[in-house]
Amino acid sequence: MTRAEDIQKMIQQGLPDATVQVRGDDGQHFEALIVSADFAGKNLVQQHQMVYRALGANMRDAVIHALALRTLTPEQYAAESTR
Amino acid sequence: MNVQDKIRQQVEENTIILYMKGTPQFPQCGFSGRAVQLLQSCGAKFASVNVLADPEIREGIKQFGNWPTVPQLYVKGQLVGGSDIMMEMHQKGELQKLIAEAQGAAAK
Repeated sequence: MTRAEDIQKMIQQGLPDATVQVRGDDGQHFEALIVSADFAGKNLVQQHQMVYRALGANMRDAVIHALALRTLTPEQYAAESTR
Repeated sequence: MNVQDKIRQQVEENTIILYMKGTPQFPQCGFSGRAVQLLQSCGAKFASVNVLADPEIREGIKQFGNWPTVPQLYVKGQLVGGSDIMMEMHQKGELQKLIAEAQGAAAK
């Protein structure tokens, strides 16, 4: 069974500078929040593609059934927390 | 025609096209269902492809978009994203704008 912390580690390895939070307890459905300065200047498709690349074959082979992604730059994250 | 050419033709011929599991009437995955709802709430007239009905497209669309999951929304031949991105764009009013512009351009 895939665990949230496994996914967190995989994303973290691919995006070492990112802050990664993953939630999900049923082994199938997960939600990830990724905050990284590397997302600056990239559109959402490109940001999610960076995360998918980090997950590599695990995503393609449907080891991870359902993963909801949110990607933010540190500036966007800060703006959101103060709101 | 190989499957990549077939997909290319579909996204070029249809201004707004959603690759999904199931059909707009009967989505067979929560993410696909959400994508349909978001498009409908924007008043979008869109084509859809049920990837469950075609294993070649189901695999091929992942390569085509360099995107590992379904649903995938294409507008004017460009990958807009999956249901997460659609949801986020909808909250910001960007999806409505994109759809309106695409449909406006197609009507001209």
